[in-house]
Amino acid sequence: MTRQQKKTLFRIISAAALTIIFLFLPLHGLWEPVLFLIPYLIIGYDVLGKAFLGVLNREIFDENFLMSAATIGAMALGSYGEGVEVMLFYQIGELFQSYAVGKSRRSITALMDIRPDYANIERNGSLVQVDPETVSAGDVILVQPGEKVPLDGIVIQGSSTLNTSPLTGESLPREIAPGEEIISGCVNITGLLKIRVTKPFEESTVSKILDLVENSSLKKAKAEHFITKFAHYYTPAVCGAALILAVVPPLLVGEWSTWIQRALTFLVISCPCALVISIPLTFFGGIGGASRVGILIKGGNYLEALSHTKTAVFDKTGTLTKGLFSVSQVFPAPGFSRETLLEKAALAESYSSHPISHGLKEAAGSPENTGRVSQVKEIPGSGVTAFVDGCLVAAGNAALMRALSVDYSEIHGFGTVVYVAFDGVFAGGILISDQIKETSQNAIKALKAQGVKTVMLTGDIDAAARAVGERLGMDRIFSQLLPADKVACLEQLLKEKPKGSTLAFVGDGINDAPVLSRADIGIAMGAMGSDAAIEAADIVLMDDDPEKIPLAMKISRKCLRIVRENIVLALGVKSVCLILGALGIAGMQAAIFADVGVMILAVLNAARMLRISH
Amino acid sequence: MQKKFKIEVDCANCAAKMEEAAKKVPGVSDVAISFMSQKMIVEAEESDFDQIMPKILRACKKIEPDCEIYL
Repeated sequence: MTRQQKKTLFRIISAAALTIIFLFLPLHGLWEPVLFLIPYLIIGYDVLGKAFLGVLNREIFDENFLMSAATIGAMALGSYGEGVEVMLFYQIGELFQSYAVGKSRRSITALMDIRPDYANIERNGSLVQVDPETVSAGDVILVQPGEKVPLDGIVIQGSSTLNTSPLTGESLPREIAPGEEIISGCVNITGLLKIRVTKPFEESTVSKILDLVENSSLKKAKAEHFITKFAHYYTPAVCGAALILAVVPPLLVGEWSTWIQRALTFLVISCPCALVISIPLTFFGGIGGASRVGILIKGGNYLEALSHTKTAVFDKTGTLTKGLFSVSQVFPAPGFSRETLLEKAALAESYSSHPISHGLKEAAGSPENTGRVSQVKEIPGSGVTAFVDGCLVAAGNAALMRALSVDYSEIHGFGTVVYVAFDGVFAGGILISDQIKETSQNAIKALKAQGVKTVMLTGDIDAAARAVGERLGMDRIFSQLLPADKVACLEQLLKEKPKGSTLAFVGDGINDAPVLSRADIGIAMGAMGSDAAIEAADIVLMDDDPEKIPLAMKISRKCLRIVRENIVLALGVKSVCLILGALGIAGMQAAIFADVGVMILAVLNAARMLRISH
Repeated sequence: MQKKFKIEVDCANCAAKMEEAAKKVPGVSDVAISFMSQKMIVEAEESDFDQIMPKILRACKKIEPDCEIYL
């Protein structure tokens, strides 16, 4: 409990004790109001003060005003004990609420706590722990096994396994070796690492993520705005109704004090606190829970929009596929071996930086090329020719074969075919293709099960696009798009989407920033360490697992469901109580319980958002 | 430019009202309060912050005397 909460608890206990004593004393005349005023002021001075301030600031219709009006009214009617009780119950409720909210707030914040506490730095031969904020770029830090990596940098010594789950929610460990980049927020598992810091703490990955998540509660969802607006009209309306209740029936049938009492009960029931507190809490819980599994959502508004998503548009390369080209099939011509074909083609391509050459080299086991390759000629848009071990190797597309008048046989397959000729004789073909991510299939299936239409956009040729899209079961495939076409295509899809629904675009954030920002919701994946992606998107997936998208949608729908439940619960219970109160069936104590009870139920319901399972 | 401040306020409704009040302080172009992360982001000219922040604090104290802004 905070200091403030302890103080309130003390006030509640002392005021309650005094009230009980006074209730049993035979008090007469002036003694009764005077004595009851003591516990009343002990318990209610701050509420009265705030109500008074509110009136001065012309902000009269708030809960403090409602409570003050109700209790002062009760006292004026001579029910002193009741006046004190109502204030007492109200404070108990407030205390309980502030405790519960504080607790859930802290547990959400703890979920997102990836902030490192210290960095080990070597000074005068001994290791000292310093605040990560004091370390500057260029410094060398040490990270021992079991410690959090405090800052971004490059490993200069030692190799180890990293646990990236604090950032990605993924428990798969990642290997790291000297020369590689290391990201703050990961946990070092096995070996001692020496790291040269590349960015100060304020620019590190951890700071960026913390910033993003903290700022997310500033972008409010429509549901949150609705509550603010609702309270704006609701409270004055209830006050007006209470006034009518206090004046109109007694003018017709008399019994002033009964009706005024009912009007006061009315005021107590009407507090909109349950809504005001539980809805932002639900959104905050949703965003916090999502960040725990590596889904960073930049605001409640995006969480809300995501729950209405009916169209999911995917970029192909790097999003649904790995974006790495590897040899998937080798077709040696008769008389040639698979190994020679691969080795010579890889050597001929060894000076090229094209992603295809990487795939070739990998498949051939990265052969040593010193002195074996000469006279490399690159023919743009076709391929290369080079002398490898004295043999003229040509590797490239069908056009290259035709240009060299090689008698080749056509190879069909999904991906890019590299045709190879040795000294003008066709030696075979190598099929190179991008690989679909293991989780893409499940992701698309899960999205379809949720009733989301899936679309794929790619700059790749039609055959390659269809190979991937049809295998995954995408609803629509658009291929051979230039970056500008992608935006136009998205505009068209935006026009076609069902009314009231939203469209999400998923990309890797590298060259699709315009599309990311044009979509209702831009989702960037594989963002660990990529500032551009974090900037451009509304939702950021720390790893590159497409299955996080259906998960994010599930989280968003759960969040919105809880919000709706709370709105219905709060308004439902309140309207029943308002009617009972107006009819005189529910008294003031019942009114307080209705108010506080609903609020606590709503807060507990909101706290369910913290539990997110894969 | 934007600056972030840690705040302490223990009711969500008060936080919303403090936000409204802080927005009305002259020289402030925007204010956002997050009750959940107990943060306040103020947008104003960099040179004005020194004289704006005490005014924001005063405006907020008027609404919620128990609140705190760590400058």
